[in-house]
Amino acid sequence: MTDKETMFIDNIEVEIKGEKTVLEVAKNAGIEIPTFCYRPDLTQFGACRMCVVEQEGRGIQASCTMPPKAGMKIFTNTKKVRNIRKTILELLLAHHDRECTTCSKSGMCELQKYSFEYGITDIPYVKMKEEEKLKVDSSSVSIVRDMNKCILCGACVRACSEFQGIGVLGFSERGSHTHVQPMAGKPLKDVDCVNCGQCASVCPTGALTIKDDTEKAFDLIYDPNVKTVVQIAPSVRVALGEMFGLKAGDNSIKKIYAAARKIGFDLIFDTNFSADLTIMEEANEFVERLTKGENLPLFTSCCPAWVRYMEINHPDMLNHLSSCKSPQGMLSPLMKELVPQYYEGYTKENIKVVSIMPCTAKKFEAKREQLKNETDVVLTTVEFAKMIRAKGINFDKLEGEEANSPFGQYSGGGTIFGASGGVAEAALRTAYNMATGENLPNLDVMPLRGVDGASRSKEATVDIKGKQVKIRVVSTLKEAEIAVREVKSGKADFQLLEVMACPGGCINGGGQPTACHDVNIKNERAQGLYTEDKNLPVRNCHENPDIIRVYKEFLEKPASKKSHELLHTTYSKVPLKELV
Amino acid sequence: MKTELKININEEKEKAIQLVKEQGRRILVCASTGCIANGALELIEEFKKLGANVGVLGQKDKMSVIPTGCIGFCEQGVLVVIPDRKITYVHVKKEDVKEIYESFVNDTVVERLLYVDPALNKPIVNNEEINFYKKQTRTALKNCGHINPESLDEALSVGAYAALAKVLEINDQEYVIKEIEDSGLRGRGGGGFATGKKWRSVYRHQGGKSYVICNGDEGDPGAFMDRSVMEDDPHKLLEGMAIAAFAVGADEAYIYVRAEYPLAIKRLRKAINDAEKRGFLGKNILGTDFNLKINIREGAGAFVCGESSALIASIEGERGMPRPKNIHMAECGLFKRPTLLNNVETFANVPLIILNGAKWFSSMGTEKSKGTKTFALTGEVNNTGLIEVPMNTTLRQIVFDLGGGIRNGKKFKAVQIGGPSGGCLTEEHLDMPMDYDKLVEVGAMVGSGGLVVMNEDTCIVEVARFFMNFTCNESCGKCTPCREGTKNMLHILEKIVKGEGTMEDLDRLEALAQVIKQGSLCGLGKSAPNPVLSTLKYFRDEYIAHIKDKKCPAGVCKSLKTITINPDLCKGCTKCARNCPVGAIEGTVKNPHKIDQSKCIKCGACITNCPFKAISCN
Repeated sequence: MTDKETMFIDNIEVEIKGEKTVLEVAKNAGIEIPTFCYRPDLTQFGACRMCVVEQEGRGIQASCTMPPKAGMKIFTNTKKVRNIRKTILELLLAHHDRECTTCSKSGMCELQKYSFEYGITDIPYVKMKEEEKLKVDSSSVSIVRDMNKCILCGACVRACSEFQGIGVLGFSERGSHTHVQPMAGKPLKDVDCVNCGQCASVCPTGALTIKDDTEKAFDLIYDPNVKTVVQIAPSVRVALGEMFGLKAGDNSIKKIYAAARKIGFDLIFDTNFSADLTIMEEANEFVERLTKGENLPLFTSCCPAWVRYMEINHPDMLNHLSSCKSPQGMLSPLMKELVPQYYEGYTKENIKVVSIMPCTAKKFEAKREQLKNETDVVLTTVEFAKMIRAKGINFDKLEGEEANSPFGQYSGGGTIFGASGGVAEAALRTAYNMATGENLPNLDVMPLRGVDGASRSKEATVDIKGKQVKIRVVSTLKEAEIAVREVKSGKADFQLLEVMACPGGCINGGGQPTACHDVNIKNERAQGLYTEDKNLPVRNCHENPDIIRVYKEFLEKPASKKSHELLHTTYSKVPLKELV
Repeated sequence: MKTELKININEEKEKAIQLVKEQGRRILVCASTGCIANGALELIEEFKKLGANVGVLGQKDKMSVIPTGCIGFCEQGVLVVIPDRKITYVHVKKEDVKEIYESFVNDTVVERLLYVDPALNKPIVNNEEINFYKKQTRTALKNCGHINPESLDEALSVGAYAALAKVLEINDQEYVIKEIEDSGLRGRGGGGFATGKKWRSVYRHQGGKSYVICNGDEGDPGAFMDRSVMEDDPHKLLEGMAIAAFAVGADEAYIYVRAEYPLAIKRLRKAINDAEKRGFLGKNILGTDFNLKINIREGAGAFVCGESSALIASIEGERGMPRPKNIHMAECGLFKRPTLLNNVETFANVPLIILNGAKWFSSMGTEKSKGTKTFALTGEVNNTGLIEVPMNTTLRQIVFDLGGGIRNGKKFKAVQIGGPSGGCLTEEHLDMPMDYDKLVEVGAMVGSGGLVVMNEDTCIVEVARFFMNFTCNESCGKCTPCREGTKNMLHILEKIVKGEGTMEDLDRLEALAQVIKQGSLCGLGKSAPNPVLSTLKYFRDEYIAHIKDKKCPAGVCKSLKTITINPDLCKGCTKCARNCPVGAIEGTVKNPHKIDQSKCIKCGACITNCPFKAISCN
């Protein structure tokens, strides 16, 4: 191997394997370089300067923007480097609201972490004064903005514009007055934010956090007059464990059921079941539209950020959106309707549904006028992990348990809902069956899989009864916008468009433990879902015995009157303020 | 390779000269920003009232009044020049116009309006004898002040577009680049990067769309040479840009000008328009297949937008924040295309290099810094204004010969060179020939050429505080060291000038300066600590005097001043008490007065008003 290029990091010869920056080369060689603003999925920014290293012959350089070159000699921990990093931390901390104990990012804050590691015990600079503090913006139902904790790494600004193409966040003013704000300094609820939560996901500090609803959940649990029903979304199972030391992608759903029960939820259901149900309704809708040639392409509707995006930006195209509610939106009213028929002491009125979601936009979805009083509290994966800890549950040592029955079973199609491409793949499996009466010959639709940066737009063409059906799958709203424009201009050649707003889908949702430092985490989580799909006895939604049962006993058939009442919804062009 | 041009530039020039001749004898009135502020336009109106033709080419007359660009001698404005008699009148007011007009007609001299040499103390009739001009070598600024900047014909009459014609005729990019390389021209915007090298690397990436950008952001406080070129000789800039665009294979260019330069923008717009109409710019320039569209982008005046990547971001419509420069802009610049960026003065040097040859240019200056450099001479010097001198001119020549020495016979203390990114030079540097590298060696930089002269009454710590305040406010806020670091450096400097600094503060100031210098993202941050570092290097004692002795040696820092009345000298006239704006002086008639230090704002009104010199400041 003569064509191998190597460089030296801390006197160790390391291979350059196509990395774009010295920071990445170091990381792959097992040397962590601290950084706030470097996020592998976002453009290089070079703002925080924590990642400075010393290059032989060239002195101090920022490793996050320095392309590696063969023969380069880098030192990551010289006295000079340490001194600069310490000064940067002191400077950032001086201009920072250091009320760590009451910060919802406490324990997960990168500023806190590095301050500890670098032994910052004193801040010799001008400290932020009480009167300088900016008002905390908690206007949004999902996201809290506390700019007193912002270190101006610009990750949120980049996420909003580079992932979503929305750009509601931007820098304002300059010098030490620089701050990040929503467009024109408005509260977050008054701008075109779709609540995807990616800004909070990439935020290294407590400047952008998810609105904490755990207390609301506890109130329901402790209320003797309330019966709590909890539902857990597909992608939570492969990410929650990371909060307890498990590997990304490890499926901990049985422990999650057990934890939920220990926390005190009365009944535990899996959103995977309603994902199967969503597929039944949506596949049926798709086949119908295909047959009639109406409102094509069909846009999936399970991502609330995407739905909101359509309502704000393309109100003239809402007819393309599937009328199906999201799995969360389907399960809550269905349980309120059905549980009293199967369980004693439960009434439609005393049931309160709490959902555990990888998503911050689901908090917004639950408040939609059309879905009012269906899902009562939405918690993110991270909030749920917090509850587990608060209850003193040793997650690692938990014995696995099962969900409640009936409606506890799910298919592989439901499970892969959590990854970009999963909804389309599951829908395809069922639509194919509905159209042909046969199952798809190969259930693994590989072209629709993949959650890395290069797979944000992917396509597959399937032959259904001699008809070529093309499916486009996109994640990030930036890619979605491209697809929508193709539809608008008549250039679109696909019949189904699956959109998930978060890059890679729900496995990387705004409510998940952050995966912004490592591109592999997304892959591992997605892999966890595809592995479960592969190993489940039932992989097609339409073959899930509980799905068959619910149609037989209650819903009759997809798109029946009952299912329209409970499982379908409408969209509105009404501005945000009136929706919430 | 050679192409035949459809426009004969020599004929154009001859025609233009003829037009100028037909206007008759000329009276030049400086109508640049500075002189306009001093009433130049009213003055021209006055000439009109007397029946003079004002600047309209094509009108045959015995004489004409020409509104020109800046002649550089701004201190003495409004300036009126009679070129055929080599007379320059200074400080001309509206009331003087009639007298000038009459003397012009009668071939006499208005002696009272002549420039008086401060050293010789006598009026100078022949303007070539004025030191300020005698010691200059004006090349980039050659035409400034001598032509009507709004007239393409006037520009043609002094040779505009001849260099472009030469380049297009020879039709060889390699020749142009080689000529610039051989000339040794270095970027006049600050960094001093070799211009030819820059052009070559952009040329190497030609093929698709390429851009040329002219940086006319000129944000250094006190520097106005770029404004002068844009306002006073816009065609020279456009010609330089066109030659550059030809050399690197670009067909579109941008001039990024700050919106605070409305006159420059107006004149550039007109110049572009005129040049396009006559075939010197736009499509098929001079009848060849070379096209160049020059656009003007107005910047909002952020200092950081003079930084190349921030400037590009700003042109692209983004917030003007510097970007990491891991990919060279010669490859991936404006709109991700190969881009050549030079500043105004650099481009202004190009036509002359092409016309006179690389050798001519490289014969001026030092080994590694060739040609001339403009400086904006300001501060406590007799002749403030815009000058152009060969590289290797010493500070002494600039301050004492051209500048006429320090005002009011005070003592020279230091110069701040290179603006807020530059550094301080002291008496020991007076005889050092100035060039890019030597200045960097001693902790300063040429920068864009701002040169602020300071006398013994200047507090050096206050100067450092002033510049730090500037960079702190102008930091884009992107990277931590610059945003937070400059704020804290400023805070420490503020403490010191208030007499609240400690020696630990001084250590911290230096430590912070190093972190900012090493750790910042862009040139603004990296050079922000320079004024502090260089003043610490040369005037550390003054810092220590503020800290340890709680004294400002120059007597500038208000907080460290105490004004007292000597009871032995005070006659109790009450004048001081009556003039004190804050009522801080108490006392009864014919009895010594006293200053209440808690009320005193140290304005010094009492000192100036005391008839008995009884009040003094420590």
